[in-house]
Amino acid sequence: MAKNCHNDYKMKFSLDDEYPDLSLHNNHMAKVLNKEIYGKLRGKSTPSGFTLDDVIQTGVDNPGHPFIMTVGCVAGDEESYEVFKDLLDPVISDRHGGYKPTDKHKTDLNFENLKGGDDLDPNYVLSSRVRTGRSIKGFTLPPHNSRGERRAIEKLSIEALSSLEGEFKGKYYPLTGMTDAEQEQLIADHFLFDKPVSPLLTCAGMARDWPDGRGIWHNDNKTFLVWVNEEDHLRVISMQKGGNMKEVFRRFCVGLQKIEEIFKKHNHGFMWNEHLGYILTCPSNLGTGLRGGVHVKLPKLSTHAKFEEILTRLRLQKRGTGGVDTASVGGVFDISNADRLGSSEVYQVQLVVDGVKLMVEMEKKLEKGESIDGMIPAQK
Amino acid sequence: MASSFTRLISGRNKAILLAGLGAGTMATGFLLSESGSLSAEAKTKLYPPSSDYPDLRKHNNCMASALTPAIYAKLRDKVTPNNWTLDQSIQTGVDNPGHPFIKTVGCVAGDEESYEVFSDLFTPVIIDRHNGYDPKTMKHPTDLDASKITNGIFDENYVLSSRVRTGRSIRGLSLPPACSRAERREVERVVVTALAGLKGDLAGRYYSLGDMTEQEQQQLIDDHFLFDKPVSPLLTCAFMARDWPDARGIWHNNEKTFLIWINEEDHTRVISMEKGGNMKRVFERFCRGLKQVEHLIQERGWEFMWNENLGYILTCPSNLGTGLRAGVHVRLPKLSKDARFSKILDNLRLQKRGTGGVDTAATGDTFDISNNDRLGKSEVELVQLLVDGVNYLIDCEKKLEKGQDIKVPAPVPQFKK
Repeated sequence: MAKNCHNDYKMKFSLDDEYPDLSLHNNHMAKVLNKEIYGKLRGKSTPSGFTLDDVIQTGVDNPGHPFIMTVGCVAGDEESYEVFKDLLDPVISDRHGGYKPTDKHKTDLNFENLKGGDDLDPNYVLSSRVRTGRSIKGFTLPPHNSRGERRAIEKLSIEALSSLEGEFKGKYYPLTGMTDAEQEQLIADHFLFDKPVSPLLTCAGMARDWPDGRGIWHNDNKTFLVWVNEEDHLRVISMQKGGNMKEVFRRFCVGLQKIEEIFKKHNHGFMWNEHLGYILTCPSNLGTGLRGGVHVKLPKLSTHAKFEEILTRLRLQKRGTGGVDTASVGGVFDISNADRLGSSEVYQVQLVVDGVKLMVEMEKKLEKGESIDGMIPAQK
Repeated sequence: MASSFTRLISGRNKAILLAGLGAGTMATGFLLSESGSLSAEAKTKLYPPSSDYPDLRKHNNCMASALTPAIYAKLRDKVTPNNWTLDQSIQTGVDNPGHPFIKTVGCVAGDEESYEVFSDLFTPVIIDRHNGYDPKTMKHPTDLDASKITNGIFDENYVLSSRVRTGRSIRGLSLPPACSRAERREVERVVVTALAGLKGDLAGRYYSLGDMTEQEQQQLIDDHFLFDKPVSPLLTCAFMARDWPDARGIWHNNEKTFLIWINEEDHTRVISMEKGGNMKRVFERFCRGLKQVEHLIQERGWEFMWNENLGYILTCPSNLGTGLRAGVHVRLPKLSKDARFSKILDNLRLQKRGTGGVDTAATGDTFDISNNDRLGKSEVELVQLLVDGVNYLIDCEKKLEKGQDIKVPAPVPQFKK
């Protein structure tokens, strides 16, 4: 059911009285929103009942961090990106390097287009992983969907995933009613996701009715994993130990395409358009929604004065091995692509493959006490 | 609004018409082969109440006990005049299954009308929570005449402090789970303007949460006055922390004995307190202050939410009626170790909490003892129950000190049949 759908009632209050106090805020929404835009959009609503206040609530409630720029707004359905474009287009532009409302996004899930990626040194690269998200047409998104919709998404996902075969044959574990043994195994495999505690997510309404309709599916080989109804309808993850990113990406592309075929047969394809690519809940994940990365040992390079600059030039980002918002442990970093929108999946994974290969070579040079000044790359 | 909508909905007019005709799966298939999400109206038809009924099998709160699939089906598509829905009322109870030992309420009102529009849920919840009080048939007495209190001064060898609190809602404005920023700011304006009219021992000033200086903040913390952004999921899942700290603040009199919280869990929480055992004076100031605030808002055309069945209307059904919690911090080293302590409290209609308030444990031998009940008895009756009860507890403590035996008192009568 629509949340906060008393928009017509709110319209009787003045713009000034309703306009949020964003004076202490530092997120993309707060930088873009002004009274003019608020005035223009406050009376609107998507067909399913999502409003501007719904879009921005998470950004109002979470002023942000002085160093990390959060997005501060979410979509409640596919139409949000259209109805609230006066806010979301500039947010998208800020977040995605100047992406314009007229730009077109390229989708390329043809794994054969990736060059190399099967020879990252496993002495340094401990594991490789590619993840993305997918939203299912005809349903509203996690900030907005009702229990009925969420359950329908789960049901459809189970049907689609249970029909997979071969290397993709697997099993679904609903969060409701999971046994202790199953739970411990999923934790040990690093597969289990928990009820969101981050206020960025809870203030956007994404944890409602937990754990109803949520679950985890993975293949028997434990190399292909799907999260159902967490921050997006689906999060799809391909992973394995070692440095064979080529294989990880192949499995990612093949698995995704198989899943998409099945959803399409049920008249529920994935949300996608040629401007924004794959439509996801958070504007930061538009385009490919892809984060391809490795856990890599870079104890020397990571303390080098030019480490941050090298990452920036390679269009890569670092995180701790616990994922976003964690610190690195023992010189091991999670290195992944920074971009999502405006370049294809193949292009983004290629950046990771080439960039990590270069950084491992730099690490080896530093181990020998040699300089890496000649190896600093140009801005990609 | 019109121009962007025509672009969006022109291709779906037919689909929505078909859904409106109740064409079932055929319409569904057609709708879903169109480009986007269902309209809110179409969704109502496609998802019957049974598909939305929450999974409450692991739940232990008043809402989960009362909400049958039939009641849910009846109420799901209703809205209050402010467009508040059942799903919004129960969200906190769905998200917080509860504790096996403590039964939480699990639903909130978004406005005054919620208690009427969703009375098929709220009435059984109220009966359950308030020991058999039935708002459909019973009337709640309001009595703020503090002069009626007898024996209201406690032995200060035992009672360290005395306090009375309640809440008040401003009629015509939505409650904290539902209010927009404009409504919340209006509550703040109405109340702060009224409080500026208080004089004498009640004169004081307002500290807005967003604007206070660090010094002011520290002082309010030291005085135990400052309230913080709610962290309890019982409140956050009920949407009460939205837009924090916008339009939230604390007002207190210069003597620091009369305090008002604005826009926390209710529009206002009104607190009278002082060190020592003079509960009579605390209650007298409480009543006087409340009446003056009410008068001041009435001068400007506002009033408190109240009706003769539910008494004062507050966000949580547990606070209906008087919304009153009168309590003391009291030392009971011997009695608290006696096996009969809990039973004595029960029979006296009292509850114990730690000195940090609800959900805290007692430290040492000092307890927060207060009245259990809120609805069906007047303010004077409840404070008198507290006074008589605390005097009884102190008496027990003194007897145990002298090595004498104590008795468990007869239970105070309730409404349960």
